[in-house]
Amino acid sequence: MNILAAVWRVVVDLVVGDDPRIAVAVVLTLSVAAGTFLAGVAAAVVTVGGAVLVAVIFGVLLAVEIRRSVAGRGE
Amino acid sequence: MSPAAWGLLLSTFVAAFVECVEALTIVLAMGVTRGWRSALAGAATALVGLSLLTALAGVALVRFVSPAVLQLGVGALLLIFGLQWLRKAVLRSTGHKSLHDEEIEYAEQTSAAQTAPAATIFGFDAFAFVVSLKGVLLEGFEVVFIVVTFGVNAHNLPLAAVGGGAAAVVVVLAGLVLHRPLSAVPENSLKYVVGLLLATFGTFWSLEGLTSLTGDGTSSWPGGDWALLALLAAWALWTQLLIRLLRRPAEQPRTATRVGVAG
Repeated sequence: MNILAAVWRVVVDLVVGDDPRIAVAVVLTLSVAAGTFLAGVAAAVVTVGGAVLVAVIFGVLLAVEIRRSVAGRGE
Repeated sequence: MSPAAWGLLLSTFVAAFVECVEALTIVLAMGVTRGWRSALAGAATALVGLSLLTALAGVALVRFVSPAVLQLGVGALLLIFGLQWLRKAVLRSTGHKSLHDEEIEYAEQTSAAQTAPAATIFGFDAFAFVVSLKGVLLEGFEVVFIVVTFGVNAHNLPLAAVGGGAAAVVVVLAGLVLHRPLSAVPENSLKYVVGLLLATFGTFWSLEGLTSLTGDGTSSWPGGDWALLALLAAWALWTQLLIRLLRRPAEQPRTATRVGVAG
């Protein structure tokens, strides 16, 4: 059981890493993409739009993380 | 060999190379301070386990999971994994996280090995064996993940394994010749490149898999596989822009501090 728990921890650490918000952002993006695709939006629009969305969310998450960190240090 | 095959080989080689450099530092530190026999036995045990894991995971994924689901699942995992690497790369480049330094890592590992108590396991020095095994296993696990996901999705697991294996051989040979950590390797830059590759393939495969679940099997990306190049360029430009926008002010000390993260 300990080995299984250790393996699970390694897998979670590998995939989710230090920032679980990135995993959430990817799942959210793919959910939105799936929703728009099922609503009838063209596949090419869904793929390109999904890529733009995940890139924008990634940038926002990084900016928020850095601003909070800077504010915490009182810079 | 096709351009796609070269891309697969290069991607797995670079990703594996970075991880192997980190594993080498740990094994070197154990070998120099506690003895080579135990350090190499631990590393060899880990390599056998990783080889088995690569073969089993690859076969299981190909045999039991449908291509579209595999593309979506593997793509999503690669995207998350790639963005984690890019996040660290941007934090390092903007001065918000300290750069990874193999010399410091080597010094820390050596210091820990010198003060660890003597004990044996299977006739080997327990500390050197376990630390080498754990180090190679953890770093190698990431290599296995990349080799299997890239190889399975590109329908060429053997070539992906060759890329990963070649990197391991090059790093081991360099370690044997130099007998010190490969600190001259531009590790932080390589990690950024690997992050770009993972994010590119992850974005492509996850969204392609998503749309092909109910589609007719043709590529959903404008331009087909050429979209990979556009995605790679887009991720590179976007992260460079983020680095410019989020860089710490010039008057701040150059020694970077961590942003509540490890690794």
